[in-house]
Amino acid sequence: MNAMATPLDVAALRGQFPILSTEVNGHPLVYLDSAATTQKPNVVIDAISDYYRFDNANVHRAAHMLADRATTAFEGARKKVARFIGSDDEKQLIWTRGTTEAINLVAYSWGNRLQPGDQILVSTLEHHSNIVPWQLVAERVGANVIPISVSDEGEIDLDAFRSQLNGPVRMVAVGHVSNALGTVNPVEDIVRLAHDAGAVVLLDGAQAMAHQTIDVHKLGCDFYAFSGHKMYGPTGIGALWGRTDLLVDMSPWQGGGEMIDQVSFGGTTYQQIPYRFEAGTPDIAGAVGLGAAVDYLNSLDRDEIAAHEDAVLSYAVERGEDFEGLTRYGCAHQVSGAFSFLMEGLPSADVGMLLDQQGVAVRTGHHCTQPLMNRLGISGTIRASFALYNTFEEVDRLFTALEKVRTMLS
Amino acid sequence: MTDRDHLPGNPSGNPFGTSITSADIGETMEFLEDWEERYQYIIDLGKSLPSMLEADRTDDSIVRGCQSQVWLNARKDGDRFWFQADSDAFIVKGLLGVILSAYNGQTASAVLAFDIDGYLAQLDLLRHLSSARSNGLRAMIDRIRSEAASQH
Repeated sequence: MNAMATPLDVAALRGQFPILSTEVNGHPLVYLDSAATTQKPNVVIDAISDYYRFDNANVHRAAHMLADRATTAFEGARKKVARFIGSDDEKQLIWTRGTTEAINLVAYSWGNRLQPGDQILVSTLEHHSNIVPWQLVAERVGANVIPISVSDEGEIDLDAFRSQLNGPVRMVAVGHVSNALGTVNPVEDIVRLAHDAGAVVLLDGAQAMAHQTIDVHKLGCDFYAFSGHKMYGPTGIGALWGRTDLLVDMSPWQGGGEMIDQVSFGGTTYQQIPYRFEAGTPDIAGAVGLGAAVDYLNSLDRDEIAAHEDAVLSYAVERGEDFEGLTRYGCAHQVSGAFSFLMEGLPSADVGMLLDQQGVAVRTGHHCTQPLMNRLGISGTIRASFALYNTFEEVDRLFTALEKVRTMLS
Repeated sequence: MTDRDHLPGNPSGNPFGTSITSADIGETMEFLEDWEERYQYIIDLGKSLPSMLEADRTDDSIVRGCQSQVWLNARKDGDRFWFQADSDAFIVKGLLGVILSAYNGQTASAVLAFDIDGYLAQLDLLRHLSSARSNGLRAMIDRIRSEAASQH
């Protein structure tokens, strides 16, 4: 089933990503690490470069033309990104450095209201970014972080979750899509159950944004956190979307410029949302770049992209089934973006290095999900992850390279 | 392994520095042309490094700063140092062998005087290693040198 006839012109898409024509160790690059970070299309690279060439100034303050242009571009990007996730109020969108900072913001600022004994539920699938911030706040206020169990297939145990909701649960923080296994969690069910129990829900959308259309209202969540660089945008920028009534009640978490209303030694008052949570000069070029990434995604037929990505992932899974000594991890009902596996008798670190020698970029290790790896009884996996520019031929290259790795290590 | 490795004179239990010397490795690597042959050789060297006993893999023996798990124990026999080392990755075990071939059975002054940078440059290894791997290799070397320096 090589080079299957998909309606999508992947070659043309690839042409928009300059790095994909790089050679690595004398081989054309096969980039299968998009779950770590996606590559960037020319339109994003140009938007950042053009911003610095033509519009650069600090935002919101100065009374001059460039500052006005920079502010318009910066706030325009906020509006674009808010619309992209189904929000009609851009004040609900707070710029952060990425998903990690967005979750830390909620844990710190919303977490102030937690009482001793309150419970925060996180799934065992979570990235450390959606565990450690909660542990920090729990330690501060005397709350407890409790894991939601997952099955051998890598799916959240909804029955266990239901019974856990009988406790004093105030927050449920789960990933939309697992970075390590690709599991797509039933987040709408999780939100409904959590809300019925009176808990607030934060979804970590880092691995979902590039692969599916997000509508925060349809999902019904209270907070949605994501990163620009995992959705074809630049590193260093991401966002937290939050429900207005929750955000306006949250205290600031970092102090400085931008976030204040009036400052005096007698007492300081703070800006409205979103600025209250954006102390200091923001990553203006990053926001503009992320706006360009959103324009780029909006210019594509996203259903067609999703179908192509699913077909490439299914092809990898199918080839893996026939590949001697390969065990796949994470066989959830619904998966997206990632193919995680181990090779019998072959240390993952060696496999990763020898794939790299053949131009194939994968990630090996625990993927910042040590509790999940402990649950699965392994120390890590080899992860091939996919984006819109990956092809069936690249999956073939992965398996050809794996054959050679096996010969060399055996 | 040869009989020599089992002599009381080599308590490390591995052939590096005795039956496989740094000169042997240097000569072999010079012959190998493409990446595949060179990696294959390193992997095979790694297979000559026996696994350490679980009991010897203590917290103290873990070498920090490596991407893979690396354990290293030093032992002084008379005025000579002998090293036991292990890793969960074959290529890393091979790299350990490359280093141990230079240091095993040497006196503290010889360990400290050995031109490791010149040796690694001769092998042309670093070019093929990611910066994280190179840092790991450096951590292993630093560990060996500090053992020697502390008992100099």
